[in-house]
Amino acid sequence: MNLLFLTFVFPLIGFLLLSFSRGRWSENTAAAIGVGALGLSAIVAAYVIWQFNVAPPAGGAFTQHLWTWIDVDGFTPTFTLYLDGLAVTMLGVVVGVGFLIHLFASWYMRGDPGYSRFFSYTNLFIASMLFLVLGDDLLFLYLGWEGVGLCSYLLIGFYYSERKNGNAALKAFIVTRIGDVFMAIGLFILFYQLGTLNIQALLARAPGHFQVNDFWIVLATLMLLGGAGGKSAQLPLQTWLADAMAGPTPVSALIHAATMVTAGVYLIARTHGLFELAPGILHLVGIIGAVTLVLAGFAALVQTDIKRILAYSTMSQIGYMFMALGVGAWSGAIFHLMTHAFFKALLFLASGAVIIACHHEQNIFKMGGLWKKLPLAYASFIVGGAALSALPIITAGFYSKDEILWEAFASGHTYLLYAGLLGAFMTSIYTFRLIFIAFHGEAKTEAHAGHGIAHWLPLGTLIVLSTFIGAWIHPPLAGVLPESVGHAGGGAQHSLEIASGAIALAGILLAALLFLGRRSVATAMANSGPGRLLSRWWFAAWGFDWLYDKLFVKPYLLISHLLRKDPVDKTISLIPAMAKGGNAALSRSETGQLRWYAASIAFGAVLVIGAVVAAAV
Amino acid sequence: MILPWLILIPFIGGLLCWLGERGAATLPRWIALLTMTLEFALGLWLWATGDYTLAPAPGAAPHWAVEFHVGWIQRFGISIHLALDGLSLLMVLLTGLLGMLSVLCSWKEIQRHVGFFHLNLMWILGGVVGVFLAVDMFLFFFFWEMMLVPMYFLIALWGHSSADGKRTRIYAATKFFIFTQASGLIMLVAILGLVLVHYNQTGILTFSYGELLKAQLPAGTEFVLMLGFFVAFAVKLPVVPVHSWLPDAHAQAPTAGSVDLAGILLKTAAYGLLRFALPLFPHASAEFAPVAMTLGLIGIFYGAFLAFAQTDIKRLIAYSSVSHMGFVLIAIYSGSQLALQGAVVQMLAHGVSAAALFILSGQLYERLHTRDMREMGGLWARIPYLPAISLFFAAASLGLPGTGNFVGEFLILLGSFKATPWISAIATSGLVFGSVYSLIMIHRAYFGPAKATSVLPGMDGREMTMILGLAVLLVWLGLYPQPFLDTSSATISGVQHWFSTAFTQLASAR
Repeated sequence: MNLLFLTFVFPLIGFLLLSFSRGRWSENTAAAIGVGALGLSAIVAAYVIWQFNVAPPAGGAFTQHLWTWIDVDGFTPTFTLYLDGLAVTMLGVVVGVGFLIHLFASWYMRGDPGYSRFFSYTNLFIASMLFLVLGDDLLFLYLGWEGVGLCSYLLIGFYYSERKNGNAALKAFIVTRIGDVFMAIGLFILFYQLGTLNIQALLARAPGHFQVNDFWIVLATLMLLGGAGGKSAQLPLQTWLADAMAGPTPVSALIHAATMVTAGVYLIARTHGLFELAPGILHLVGIIGAVTLVLAGFAALVQTDIKRILAYSTMSQIGYMFMALGVGAWSGAIFHLMTHAFFKALLFLASGAVIIACHHEQNIFKMGGLWKKLPLAYASFIVGGAALSALPIITAGFYSKDEILWEAFASGHTYLLYAGLLGAFMTSIYTFRLIFIAFHGEAKTEAHAGHGIAHWLPLGTLIVLSTFIGAWIHPPLAGVLPESVGHAGGGAQHSLEIASGAIALAGILLAALLFLGRRSVATAMANSGPGRLLSRWWFAAWGFDWLYDKLFVKPYLLISHLLRKDPVDKTISLIPAMAKGGNAALSRSETGQLRWYAASIAFGAVLVIGAVVAAAV
Repeated sequence: MILPWLILIPFIGGLLCWLGERGAATLPRWIALLTMTLEFALGLWLWATGDYTLAPAPGAAPHWAVEFHVGWIQRFGISIHLALDGLSLLMVLLTGLLGMLSVLCSWKEIQRHVGFFHLNLMWILGGVVGVFLAVDMFLFFFFWEMMLVPMYFLIALWGHSSADGKRTRIYAATKFFIFTQASGLIMLVAILGLVLVHYNQTGILTFSYGELLKAQLPAGTEFVLMLGFFVAFAVKLPVVPVHSWLPDAHAQAPTAGSVDLAGILLKTAAYGLLRFALPLFPHASAEFAPVAMTLGLIGIFYGAFLAFAQTDIKRLIAYSSVSHMGFVLIAIYSGSQLALQGAVVQMLAHGVSAAALFILSGQLYERLHTRDMREMGGLWARIPYLPAISLFFAAASLGLPGTGNFVGEFLILLGSFKATPWISAIATSGLVFGSVYSLIMIHRAYFGPAKATSVLPGMDGREMTMILGLAVLLVWLGLYPQPFLDTSSATISGVQHWFSTAFTQLASAR
């Protein structure tokens, strides 16, 4: 297990090599380095995970101290790796899914002038993501946290020559950065209250230091929630994710579906001991998740861009994970994180295959009838979509999502359960709306299927992982995260599973009714008055962008416009202006005329005498 | 004897540069480079051999790692008294490093009066080193004024006028000179006042820092004298509302001038606050702290808004310096060891990152002949390496973890959070504004559609070495800042001790 650090050393070396190559190497060399680095990393990770399972370290966790970062006045953050069941799960997801996506990207990005630039960014991303999940110190975690944010920025703006991509990148970075500011404040509070930022020490000290609902722990967890919500695109900081789809599709799969956006879920699970001391905030986590999952579901219902549909669905699925955290179903949240990484990566990669095949067309209404020409992508969508809709028994999503719904019910949060069921219904509608519109009906575009191992191997592997086989992988979370209320299950759980399965099937049926065939009903609904209004509202994702533009962006631009000439400088310039004015006035008084001088002398004398007299009286 | 040589080497080197002009045209450059390399090497040697656990602290005569003392004007108790501790050593190292870089970055840019240019450059650096070493108040003032004159010439003779012709280099140079000169005079008055008060109490006329530290000042007098020092340092730092010389001077100065201004000259102010304003006037400073911290806050946001609004890339970086120095000001007056150490790291990191950004915009100017970002855009594909490296330094400027700027800012905010949580929390939100202006710079200059398709020349070995060296240094500061923190630790804990005692007294007096 001492090799653990190599998992991020390889991607870092890959990043350095590729960034200094600057496209001088052929695509094959760049791919060999970029994908190879991840391959080596995956081998090391597999070895480490195997060791972790065969010979579990004492106390369930392995620690590797690299060096002390800072040591000032009792503040000693360190670069220490911490590998427990939760970290093992995340390591497996990040490196495993990351490797598959890299492999796919080596096919997807062919012919792009930024080929090696792409892999240098993604390698740096993987390294940062590993800092995030392996860091034993909140400051180390924060290093990875910001690092993945930067990589996300770089990759969203990857096609930089179009302004709108740059704007999307900027928006993503700044919105998440707002969350990060909250998180930083959370770290300050935790440090002053508990004297350390080491996660395990925090978890150990917190219960002794704080009463439940102590002011500082409530504030600290609220701040951490702000950071988590920003990174994971939850209300009210969710607006950046849909625009983030401007990046290349493998990036959407890697960063904006499988790994980075779930970092918020990881953070809350990692610091669960703190959130348990602030039940109100934990409850808020669940409510935020529930609201986000429903709102995002509606937004996904009316989108036309294949990637935006998936983006809103990602938001919605992370909403489920937040809901799970909120009801104390810690393992359920991480389990869903894992299965979601499989099926959402699959869906994004498959949509990448579709987009390439259709010559960079992303509007599903301009596709249609693709299933014959792109059988692999179709199969991927069917399996991935089924997992997303949580079709019973056969899909991975079913096991993880139903666990969450059941926990919500078992812990007595019935209204969260209802939100979850509503979300499940909408999930199956929008997923199969996408599939029916893009893959069925009449063909509207020429499509050319992809070839090569880099194309089919990642898709094939992820297809397998998205079925019930993926759900066989049980994250080794016992002892790391607390047991939840409803972990035992029972008869009621089976009834709930039947109900939610029926709801998913009903959604698919409804989607088939509406969007298979001539879609006359759907068109009529969309064209009716309220339908138009709602679809416009939902299309704009409830108008948050509009609201934030009015509330924050416009005032910001206005202030900087008003200040652009530096009014303080202008004020100070009054001093030289007065000097110059005085100079002008006085030089005008020097006229060279005797009578003028005589008059001013007399006038001055009168003034002086007057003043003396006035003073004497 | 090593300390006077640290000052003399640049002065002598400058004279040699001037004389060398009559030989080959490149001779002054080589002499200057050699001079600064020697200076830097001496600094490194001092760092390797010195014991920096010695530093002034309250309650005893100041200890120094290295000291040099000869009489000068004995009648008035003025002597040439130089001393070095961890803090001044770090600043001298920064000066040596950025000195080498400012010679290197002028290699192609400066083609007129090469010898005289390097004379001025060397003399600025000599004056700055003098400021960092002097512990006699008169000598300190002497060097403080000394560094202005060559800087004036540097801007006035080799500067660029703005594109619209409204702001000329002479205007900028004069503005810079008047601002700093006028504020320096206020400091001189305060120094004289301090010396006279001390004389009235003890009957000893002395300008020695060590002696003056012991002066017992009446509260009202202490406050007035402290203000005299603060104004001088506030202008140089700069603190809003007396910052406005900075954008003009930066934008109109040649690259080497901007590098020295942002990298070193601004740091003399922070150094002055730490070395003189706080230890000499701890009670008045403690009383003044809320005002100073509020000014720091205003600076963070005012600088950030104005940086965002600029179209000239050098003005943008200049206003970003105003914003960054706001953090330093907050740290200095927070009275927390963490924050003060953060301020040291922030000074080093900002010195490096701002210098790098100015060098990069100088390199852009050499290729495009404009600093107007509206005329850039889409440069990413047109220049090899330079955009990616700019992006790195922009990321450093927004405080990305892994760079020294993050360590500095985080320590500052963490340290000041304990005593003044609101100020720290508001300052933390300044990080968002920092990312807005840093990224908008990249966004405007490098992203977007290209204005032309021609490929511009890439970076040559000289340009690449300079910049990569700075990048490596920033990452070092970001990932393993401990050597720097250890060096300044003794000085900083002395300052913190002075200040926190005063804070406690102030709190109990209320």
